[in-house]
Amino acid sequence: MHLRAKRLYKLALSPVLLLLSFLSTGAWAEEAQRWQMNMSPGVTEVGAEIYGLHMIVFWICVVIGIVTFGAMFYSVFAHRKSKGVKPATFHESTAIEIAWTVVPFIILIVMAFPATTTLLKVYDFEDSDLDILVTGYQWKWKYEYIDEAGDNVVFFSNLRTGKTEIYNEDDKGEHYLLEVDEPLVLPVNKKVRFLVTANDVIHAWWVPALAVKKDAIPGFINEAWSRPLETGVYRGQCAELCGRDHGYMPIVVNVVEEDEYNAWLADKKSKAAEIKALMDKQFTLDEQMAAGKPVYDQYCAACHGLNGEGGVGKAIAGSPIATGEMAKHLDVSINGVPGSAMQAFGAQLNDVDMAAVVTYQRNAFGNNMGDIVQPIDVYNFKQGQ
Amino acid sequence: MGAHGPATTGLMRWVTTTNHKDIGTMYLWFSFAMFIMGGAFAMIIRAELFQPGLQIVEPEFFNQMTTMHGLVMVFGAIMPSFVGLANWLIPMMIGAPDMALPRMNNLSFWILPPTFLLLASTLFMEGGAPNFGWTFYAPLSTTYAPDTVTFFIFGVHLMGLSSIMGSINIIATVVNLRAPGMTYMKMPMFVWTWLITAFLLVAVMPVLAGAVTMMLMDVHFGTSFFSAAGGGDPVLFQHIFWFFGHPEVYIIILPAFGVVSQIIPTFARKPLFGYDSMVYATASIAFLSFIVWAHHMYTVGMPIAGELFFMYATMLIAVPTGVKVFNWITTMWQGAMTFETPMLFCIGFVFLFTVGGFTGVMLSLAPVDFQYHDSYFVVAHFHYVMVAGAVFSMSAAVYYWLPKWCGRMYNENMGKAHFWISFIGFNLTFFPQHFLGLAGMPRRIPDYALQFTDFNTMSSIGAFIYGASQILFLFNVVRTITSGEKTSEEKTWEGAEGLEWTVATPAPYHTFSTPPEVK
Repeated sequence: MHLRAKRLYKLALSPVLLLLSFLSTGAWAEEAQRWQMNMSPGVTEVGAEIYGLHMIVFWICVVIGIVTFGAMFYSVFAHRKSKGVKPATFHESTAIEIAWTVVPFIILIVMAFPATTTLLKVYDFEDSDLDILVTGYQWKWKYEYIDEAGDNVVFFSNLRTGKTEIYNEDDKGEHYLLEVDEPLVLPVNKKVRFLVTANDVIHAWWVPALAVKKDAIPGFINEAWSRPLETGVYRGQCAELCGRDHGYMPIVVNVVEEDEYNAWLADKKSKAAEIKALMDKQFTLDEQMAAGKPVYDQYCAACHGLNGEGGVGKAIAGSPIATGEMAKHLDVSINGVPGSAMQAFGAQLNDVDMAAVVTYQRNAFGNNMGDIVQPIDVYNFKQGQ
Repeated sequence: MGAHGPATTGLMRWVTTTNHKDIGTMYLWFSFAMFIMGGAFAMIIRAELFQPGLQIVEPEFFNQMTTMHGLVMVFGAIMPSFVGLANWLIPMMIGAPDMALPRMNNLSFWILPPTFLLLASTLFMEGGAPNFGWTFYAPLSTTYAPDTVTFFIFGVHLMGLSSIMGSINIIATVVNLRAPGMTYMKMPMFVWTWLITAFLLVAVMPVLAGAVTMMLMDVHFGTSFFSAAGGGDPVLFQHIFWFFGHPEVYIIILPAFGVVSQIIPTFARKPLFGYDSMVYATASIAFLSFIVWAHHMYTVGMPIAGELFFMYATMLIAVPTGVKVFNWITTMWQGAMTFETPMLFCIGFVFLFTVGGFTGVMLSLAPVDFQYHDSYFVVAHFHYVMVAGAVFSMSAAVYYWLPKWCGRMYNENMGKAHFWISFIGFNLTFFPQHFLGLAGMPRRIPDYALQFTDFNTMSSIGAFIYGASQILFLFNVVRTITSGEKTSEEKTWEGAEGLEWTVATPAPYHTFSTPPEVK
């Protein structure tokens, strides 16, 4: 009840807050605030320029609006029949009509100059310090740090907000719907070029504070760039309707000092190297069962049940796929089932985890097939298809 | 009555009629029914968005609602409402006995109800209704669509057929059946705007038909027009769609311009200021509408030359549109105004449509549009143009001509209440959406981050108020037709000018068996 009253009070105050918000710009670098009424200038030079252009045009519109609506409301109040006025009979004036064609045209030219210079900056993709390939998937983002040496760091970034929060069974966290399991990490004050594409349908990569919005189109690669000038966590969302979970595709960018970025990158690379080393290893059944369980719990259990009993997805226990031919099992796990909720995990899980989880599925829940999938089997399957 | 009534009575009168007034009436009632249906979809959307979290619908169904709301409102409510108005009024305004092609007129109407029944029935089919937005971008609408996409494609073909027939009829009527002495530059503004609209429709509906046919081929016959993997291009779809879609927004708004240009002079008791420049401005807007389509696609990755061209061309639209707004205001200037319901809706139109025009100028600037695009700022912008533009002017038109149509007067107090409740509800709904967009809320999401809560709540409350006000409108119209105060004055409004005000009230079933002379 107390909360409700507080909200109503805020509703009544909103016009005042509107005025205040225009007077006090600037403090919104990181994340949109409650009752935020204007664009944020963001943390890049281009963003500040865009914000400036937005405000110039806004004020031009306000002035034109005051003049135009002022004339209209003046005549609404002054030229009414109830005041006994006799209507005038004029119905054209070439001079005045030419004037209000030419004057707006000049105003547009005034707007076009800063718009053109800013647009040229937005389109300047040269001399980047770092290139990142951003790929939209239904409904997550894949980030690939392009390294000239070929040691690309690749990972997926998924929504972290749980279903219980979405369905109002739990309290909503501070960053409800705007939190991910693995954020994109960028060094501060470096020109980052984003190469944007998609795997399935069109998505759009939008982070307001970085002043980037670019469509991710399957089969094509778009360019965008940003140079964040301040460290911090910046959040955004997919901006193009991309199917059922369009609203659940957040973007989180963690801009850090260069040392921290380098340490993070080195850590990612060493982890990737560890996985690479494991590729040639022959695992025992026990090792694979132990490694597969956490992978299963994280990626499969939500649909197939913690004990393989099924749910949104089919049961794993006794399933014809998990107890059938290995190739079919790999195919479903790697490529998904088109037209169903079963996603393609081939790009999302590395070959070591994939081998472990498939082994786990074939031997847990009473399936007891006794066969072991090795990482090299997954690799070979991917090569062979 | 003084003139012959319909040849048959009962249901068959309406099925077989070729009378422009009957067909106009059917269009108007059909469009109102669709307005209520599309509005109900909007209410579901706003109810879900009342609070963060999922309360009422699943995301899948939410997407179906946004798609159906857009489709039904554009193709079922707004376009047919203006066609209905054209049917009723164009023959009466130009002194013609009927439309030039009356039998085709009957067909073009009767295509619509089954089409929308078909479209609505997809809601009950397995896989659900179309869920890819009213812009149905490929490949979401081809490779990843539910099976009902085929019904959708068929529906779009039928709607297009109906629109093209309606437009040809209007062109044929205006070109051939004007009363002696009515030169083009003496035609009422409403007739002018519809003539230009009809040409726009004939030009772009086949483009839409082409787009959906290519989709059909991609979905069922293994072609790859819109799939890069097969050598096609998903962006091609958007170019084709918006080559239709941008003129389409002028198809929606030009007849509204015509309505307002008829009504404001009446209640200002002063002739329309700058008739000639109004005609030229309308034609310029129509021309410009063909060369700006890619401003809907600033973020698809066009070369900078394209981006600059579309930006400059789009900005130019502000000039003729501004001329129209200034002309309306100068028409009011030094008039002797009264504020009956139609005038209230027209003043509301000029005010709110201009606000939508301002945000349109802001959106035209490509670098800023990168931030506005696909956010709620755009949702606010186009509802200011489409609802405050098309729907407000349509409400004005109904109140303005209803006494002529049925010989009875509507209840003025109820009409004014309808205006004020709609005006407040509309602004409460859509003004906060500007803030949501600027703060970073994307459109077409069923659920949102916590900081967007307050404005969404306001917006939903406004939407329920605006929706409820339409029930008052329906009640007032039905009450007028059944038991309103009878009127037989030829001129309902003191300042009304035009041939439609020279015929008896209520307008006889057949008007102008001998053409009037226009001096």
